Amino acid sequence: MTSTATMPRTETMMLNLGPQHPSTHGVLRVLLELDGELIVKADPDIGYLHRGIEKMCEYRTYHKCMPLMNRLDYLAGEVNNFGFCLAVEKLLGVEVPKRAQYIRVMLAELTRIASHLFWLGTHGHDLGAMTPLFYAFREREKIMDLCEMVSGGRLFPLYFRIGGLAADLPKGFIEAAWDFVKTFDEKWKDYDTLLTKNEIWIERTKGVGVMTPEEALDWGWSGPMARGSGVDWDLRRDNPYSSYEDFEFVVPLGKNGDTYDRYLVRMQEMLQSNRIVRQALENLPDGPVKVDDPKVSLPPKERVYTDIAALINHFLIIQDGIRPPKGEVYQAIEAPKGEMGFYVVSDGSPHPFRLKIRGPSFVVLAALDKLSRGRLLSDIIALIGTMDIVLADVDR
Amino acid sequence: MNAAVALLQAKFPEEVVEVTEFRGDTTVTVKPERLKDICLLLRDDPETSFRYLSMIAGMDYSPESPRFGVVYNLYSHRYKNRITLKALLKDDRTPTVDSVTEVWSTANWHEREAYDLLGIRFKGHPDLRRLLMPSDWVGHPLRKDYPLKGK
Repeated sequence: MTSTATMPRTETMMLNLGPQHPSTHGVLRVLLELDGELIVKADPDIGYLHRGIEKMCEYRTYHKCMPLMNRLDYLAGEVNNFGFCLAVEKLLGVEVPKRAQYIRVMLAELTRIASHLFWLGTHGHDLGAMTPLFYAFREREKIMDLCEMVSGGRLFPLYFRIGGLAADLPKGFIEAAWDFVKTFDEKWKDYDTLLTKNEIWIERTKGVGVMTPEEALDWGWSGPMARGSGVDWDLRRDNPYSSYEDFEFVVPLGKNGDTYDRYLVRMQEMLQSNRIVRQALENLPDGPVKVDDPKVSLPPKERVYTDIAALINHFLIIQDGIRPPKGEVYQAIEAPKGEMGFYVVSDGSPHPFRLKIRGPSFVVLAALDKLSRGRLLSDIIALIGTMDIVLADVDR
Repeated sequence: MNAAVALLQAKFPEEVVEVTEFRGDTTVTVKPERLKDICLLLRDDPETSFRYLSMIAGMDYSPESPRFGVVYNLYSHRYKNRITLKALLKDDRTPTVDSVTEVWSTANWHEREAYDLLGIRFKGHPDLRRLLMPSDWVGHPLRKDYPLKGK
């Protein structure tokens, strides 16, 4: 009598990396199908932070959309409104004065450094390196102070306006900004010594999440994600907007397309952004900060209180809203997370007919399944960290 | 951008409905039937090389008819330019168009979002299900007849 040896029956396990998890950077839910510790399939389930921003904007005037735009990528405060204001200005056909353009570039680059610092701290923290968080946040606090100086808001500065800026720079800003610029490069070395040659860091990030340049473009990757794979593309250099062509900076590239290379790219980007801020401070031109068009910009407050025409103008712009001509535009900027695009369709009324926001985090997260198949469970934490997602940008 | 317009008018003369230029952006409106072939041409032809799909926006043009449309924004790294491709869908009750996930993999989630929020169906999509709304949601919130406060 033969005994049939029975193979143990194996089956995969479904694990829920739930919306509440310290390492998913927000409310991201990933349904994992695991074979032991290897990932068979990873299905991101998003939408926990979906607030319907695109729908809400259809019921608001263009100015009233700006606080909603602020809440898209909340770690890079000014960049969202940078893109939105540029899109509406493109629709209106107005060009912002040079001084406002330089100040916008300065604040955008400062918030890019802030975003990368936050990413560095949390990405390191996820992979077990808890110390860089405190060092990175020390510098980020200085940037938050600068944002608070211009607009009163740290995470949600609302300093940009359609047609320029809300007001000129406050007293003390230039000195504080110079103080940051002069000390940042030295402080950067702190994070570099902690991680770049750290054996554990290299073990956990080298070879994880490799994307070839063709795959990166096929999956719509942009920004540091694509540059980590060697794609030489930066919207600030290739399709410059807001006087970026006046600034000199290097676009850092990675070679292997893995998590370690993306870390190196973002670290170098912080130094390059500091370089741009330094150039903006050195060459800051004088002049107005709002475009001189009564249908677009609010008149100065002193005139509103004394001149009836200015009062009516102010009232109409706030109550009624600006009326761009009928048409549609797409404006893309280089946000810290990648290409952030705004597709604004106007039907001639004060409300946008359709505002589609192309969030970089949304596009990058789609490739999570492809990257994590066959890898260990702990690698998915490294992948979510390297993608530098902000769920508010994913879900809108 | 002009190379793309010339190419489309040469290879797909029946499909091009309208070409508009506004504030430096070129928008080509095409008929939706051969959309996938048009996208393959724009991606693969060396004169255009639109290997990157920035976004797919579902549109609801209520109360106009045709009511639904899809807008594609393509970028070429070789020529550093963009083009917007628009297609208006025939059926106002169940708008359907071919999926372009086989042309650009990134289209997968953009099309899922357009299906979720507007109800546009993409033929040939590998996994067409809701993305942002809960999976048992009824209705398509971004449609113009869907109330702001929800149902």
